[in-house]
Amino acid sequence: MRQQSEAAAVLGVDQVSVALSGRQILDDVSFTIGAGEFTGLIGPNGAGKTTLLRVILGLQRSGRGTVTVLGRPRSLRNQAIGYVPQKVLLDPDMPIRARDLVALGADGHRYGIRLPSAERGEAVRQMLHAVDAERFADARVGNLSGGEQQRVLIAQALISRPRLLLLDEPLANLDLRSSQEIISLLARISREQQIAVLLSAHEINPLLPVMDRVVYLAAGRAASGPTAEVITSEVLSRLYGYRVDVLHVAGRVLVVAGDAADERAAADERAAAALPAAGAG
Amino acid sequence: MHPLYTAVFEPGFFASPQVHIAAVLGGVVAIVSAVTGVFTVMRGQSFGGHALSDVSAAGGSAALLIGLSPVAGFVGLGIAGAAVMDMIGVRRLRGRDLATGIVLGTAIGLTALFLYLTTTSGATTGAVQQILFGSIFTTSSGTIPAVAILGVVALGSIATVGRPLLLSTVSPDIAAARGVPVRLVGLIYMLALAVSVGLSSLAVGAVLSTALLIGPAAAALRLTRRVASAIGIACLIGVIATGLGVLLAYDSYYWGSSHLGLPVSFFIVAVIFVTYLASGLPAAWARARNREAAAPPLTPPRTARSQHERRGPGGERGSTA
Repeated sequence: MRQQSEAAAVLGVDQVSVALSGRQILDDVSFTIGAGEFTGLIGPNGAGKTTLLRVILGLQRSGRGTVTVLGRPRSLRNQAIGYVPQKVLLDPDMPIRARDLVALGADGHRYGIRLPSAERGEAVRQMLHAVDAERFADARVGNLSGGEQQRVLIAQALISRPRLLLLDEPLANLDLRSSQEIISLLARISREQQIAVLLSAHEINPLLPVMDRVVYLAAGRAASGPTAEVITSEVLSRLYGYRVDVLHVAGRVLVVAGDAADERAAADERAAAALPAAGAG
Repeated sequence: MHPLYTAVFEPGFFASPQVHIAAVLGGVVAIVSAVTGVFTVMRGQSFGGHALSDVSAAGGSAALLIGLSPVAGFVGLGIAGAAVMDMIGVRRLRGRDLATGIVLGTAIGLTALFLYLTTTSGATTGAVQQILFGSIFTTSSGTIPAVAILGVVALGSIATVGRPLLLSTVSPDIAAARGVPVRLVGLIYMLALAVSVGLSSLAVGAVLSTALLIGPAAAALRLTRRVASAIGIACLIGVIATGLGVLLAYDSYYWGSSHLGLPVSFFIVAVIFVTYLASGLPAAWARARNREAAAPPLTPPRTARSQHERRGPGGERGSTA
């Protein structure tokens, strides 16, 4: 679909469609992510965000379409992708310290008894440092707060030195401050280590300051591009299949369903918003 | 000989061949149970472990009925039960509970049938006692090699899949994304669990094997923050409980004048139970101390996650929220 800049792309998703038990979850989704780019995967609940991430990881078959990672077809056990799933239920009774979980990120897929390794210990220490989690490195992960657990899970995903980090709703269940901290942490890691980040969220505003690009999912269809080009009434209305208004209030973006009573005001708004935007999709 | 020594070790304890067999059998069973038990507790599959012990009881009683070695019946049917439970229930968490319950009920019914047939045919008198409450003192020395081999196989399997099993216990999603065959690893663990439960059914009986599986592991998990040390502590608790149980049961023959030896399974389980209660003490003590320490300088309120109320032992004070 896209131009030959794909050679540099860390992730290419091309015309991916997924149907689960007769229901179309993803419908012809295409986008690319370049090295070190911070991309928000935005969409309402049930839009197909988790399914899309699972297709990228190879945990979910796509009916049609291809996924390429670093220019090659995606293979399972791809070391180039780090993954932080949604809702990791860490039991407080589990005897696993933060540093043990990070170490599992390095060699949890290996068989046989683990031998002691100074090298691995050093790598774990570096990762804990990178996510500012040294303070609670020796606490049981199940006893940590939601934000602390997210940091440990991110370190776990980073230790295999991926080029792409996928995070599924990492901000869900976090208070505002923790979620700000996680976002700026990810933005810093992405920038400093040139790791592309694809982060799913149902709320776009916390990500606005750090996002390079957005992939907006609605009803299984996707629009992608620079934030200003995608988050417009025109593009989103086409995506949702009914009229949607994008309002800019105090530097924030509100996406609201169009309403007959607001018809005229919304039309004005849309006309104004559509002027500078080139429209992407 | 010192009077205290003879009071602890009644005459002939170390010379008794039954004690030798009990020591070897108990030792193997305690270690295998403790190692698999740590994973069972972490994976929240205690109920599944208990169901497997009922399945192996059905196998053991069937073996008695048709004249096979009980160990073959205990382990054989346990493995079959594990495979069936994996097939019908593993995909959903709720499905797992239902599948386990159905298998468990069926197994107890079969055990009742086989034991009835065995006892009415008059071949063996102690069949019920042997299947439900174990035969650590009466097992023939000929079964020891089979027990040892099965124990090594179970431990070897757990050691091989240990890390992927741990990762898929923490998060099946992360494990699958790293290329771990989560389903296969879970099945291998279930088979090792079936072997472990079959062996402990032989030693302490199907009813009590759950205690040997869960007890030492649960106590160990309260005492440490590391999986490796939890496994070590669980083994220690299991071996000590089994040894102490054998000793007390042997000694009980000399208690009073009736010369009624009390069942060894009771003593093993009693020691495990006391150990489990005691393993909660360090955490309770740390909580009390934390409360004292936290009272004067006002600490920032923790987030209202319920887990924080259930802090682990040994003071995880490093985890300031």
